[in-house]
Amino acid sequence: MYQIIRKRCLNPTVTQMDIAAPLVARKAKAGQFIILRVDEEGERIPLTVAGYSREEGTVRIIFQTVGATTALLAAKEEGEYIADFVGPLGVPTETEGLSRVCVVGGGVGCAIALPVAEELHRLGASVSAIIGFRSKDLLILEEEFRAASDSLTVVTDDGSYGEKGNVTQPLQVLLEKGEKFDRIIAIGPLVMMKFVVATAKPYGIPVTVSMNPIMIDGTGMCGGCRLTLWQDGKRVTKFACVDGPDFDGYQVDFEDAMSRGAMYRSFERHAYEATCNLLKKGEE
Amino acid sequence: MAIQPKRNEMPTQDPALRAHNFEEVALGYSEKAAIAEASRCIHCKNAPCVSGCPVNVKIPDFLSAVKEGNFEEAYQIISLSSSLPAVCGRVCPQETQCEAKCTLGIKFEPLAIGRVERFVADRHNGSAAPAPEQPHPNGHRVAVVGSGPSGLACAGDLARLGYAVTVYEALHTPGGVLVYGIPEFRLPKAIVAKEVEGLKALGVSIQTNVVIGKTLLIDELFEMGFEAVFIGSGAGLPNFMNIPGESYKGVYSANEFLTRSDLMKAYRDTAATPIMKGGRVAVVGGGNVAMDAARTALRLGAEKVYIVYRRSMEELPARREEVEHAMEEGIEFLLLNNPVEILGYHNPDNPRDEKNGFVTGIRCVKMELGAPDERGRRRPVAIEGSEFELAVDAVIMAIGTSPNPLIKSTTEGLETKPWGGIVVEEATGLTSRPAVFAGGDAVTGAATVISAMGAGKLAAKSIDALLRKEN
Repeated sequence: MYQIIRKRCLNPTVTQMDIAAPLVARKAKAGQFIILRVDEEGERIPLTVAGYSREEGTVRIIFQTVGATTALLAAKEEGEYIADFVGPLGVPTETEGLSRVCVVGGGVGCAIALPVAEELHRLGASVSAIIGFRSKDLLILEEEFRAASDSLTVVTDDGSYGEKGNVTQPLQVLLEKGEKFDRIIAIGPLVMMKFVVATAKPYGIPVTVSMNPIMIDGTGMCGGCRLTLWQDGKRVTKFACVDGPDFDGYQVDFEDAMSRGAMYRSFERHAYEATCNLLKKGEE
Repeated sequence: MAIQPKRNEMPTQDPALRAHNFEEVALGYSEKAAIAEASRCIHCKNAPCVSGCPVNVKIPDFLSAVKEGNFEEAYQIISLSSSLPAVCGRVCPQETQCEAKCTLGIKFEPLAIGRVERFVADRHNGSAAPAPEQPHPNGHRVAVVGSGPSGLACAGDLARLGYAVTVYEALHTPGGVLVYGIPEFRLPKAIVAKEVEGLKALGVSIQTNVVIGKTLLIDELFEMGFEAVFIGSGAGLPNFMNIPGESYKGVYSANEFLTRSDLMKAYRDTAATPIMKGGRVAVVGGGNVAMDAARTALRLGAEKVYIVYRRSMEELPARREEVEHAMEEGIEFLLLNNPVEILGYHNPDNPRDEKNGFVTGIRCVKMELGAPDERGRRRPVAIEGSEFELAVDAVIMAIGTSPNPLIKSTTEGLETKPWGGIVVEEATGLTSRPAVFAGGDAVTGAATVISAMGAGKLAAKSIDALLRKEN
């Protein structure tokens, strides 16, 4: 059992928790992920590490309530326990040897982009951060990003905060101005990462994307997290849990990943509704 | 007395009934049938059955005990050589091991050794066995990586010798392939849980949610005070065919399909983990895992299940009983067929159509058997122009696995074969690293529960010898 040490609501649908997991906290690095189960009957879900304290032995997770499991998790309070918490899994984000990096975060993906920006900043790289949200009330971690970057641009789809538009527009502006990034690191919805790649392509700047496919064991056994990559015109199958979750954005087949991600959409919708009804009943 | 030429039948659940439930298929011998079957043993001089068993269970001796009605004595005889009798009695491929060597088999049906073993183990597990004697601690610590058959066997033998053993398991439940791979209807999970409880009673500590190679490294285990390590991390990532269409929705690896159903209980209506139920399903492959996946799909409500295998029935590697059971349940075997493409749905008028990207079929080519390959198996060759389409809603790939890279990539000096299997000294199970032993699928690639168990026992013996010498 793993105790929830702290809980904070970042916006109406996004929750931050620090979980007591000393073995995971000892090893965790930016870009890695954990797998958790809320209770004995729960499903295993992967969440990317949003931070950690090696001294305290806690690992920070930030998640959006999008389905049954995240709804159950969000309903847990400080001091309560979750059944399982395993990690750190996956390969850490490559941060060494970079001097000028653009970190692009979209929505709750910003929670994962933040530790990457912080690590780059700590290593002395110049960090330009671009973070995007649908609207102002969904904004998270602005101050943290400001502290971890040399320049920060915030965009919202509806223009309710920062610049109006999506993350590719300020990226395009920076690239047109002749910014010579060693790398762009994009973390967010698949469609956002796909367009970041398309934006960067004419400038020949390497793009790292963080993939978050459906996963079950997360340890290199089930193959559910497989992705299609194109390497030198050849189709290659890779597994996000052991080969990733970071991949070369130019190689990832995003159409394929988007299609596979929707495999259980109708099941998930029903499970979510059932859980919400259950939670509501509990409150009454 | 004349020898009874045929073996005693073991009752099974009616195929029409069992195709829709996850309860155990084979129901086990009655006391009478077990004694009758054990009495068929002619106690031939050489006892070739013993050499046919990967762990050399003293088969004629335990059969004698059963014949006399001394079932607990029979259990103790088996336990001298095997750590998991209730499991092996159910999942061993006896027809290619002990029973293949049975002298009775020359003229008659071989003795049903596996069925008698299962009876003995179930009888023992069903009776209130006295708590195992706590072994006297010898003060030495050993770490075991993985709680599958090899890890459990290794841990059990070491614990009985007085070692303080900690087993590290990556998943949330111990048992390895016995819980995530082999389905409930073939190996009830309660039996695995019983074996694990038995180990705990011996003082073995089982730490779940620890991925060795990630959470802790092999080198750290030594820093923590363990004097030897056994790696039984099992098979790894599933293989795919690399044919077009493998990323359509509805294409599973057998590992994923079985993990969803077995480990995550997706077969229950209330489960939090989803799985595709119903429709037409093609399972590609011919091993036990393919049979398990096909029969699981059937029980989840599939209206039609095909096994697509590129060789003929003669080469099909699955355990004979599983093949027979699958056929009785109505699974159709499409032999000498090889998939060349998986087909998917595309609505050209509506890119948002929810059916887009789901499997609609599989294109296969008919095969014929050509010249034998280096292993003596006749190589299947495609028959030109014989392609055909089969309409299915899901495709499950059960064509083997490649070793997990996590331990190899984080353990300096651990030698592996080009395909990824850990290199060990055959006589001891020792790897290229001092005091690090390995066994099971991590060494051999996909094999059997009993051979993994044998490797675990061998490593336990070697670890004991090593630590005795050092101290």
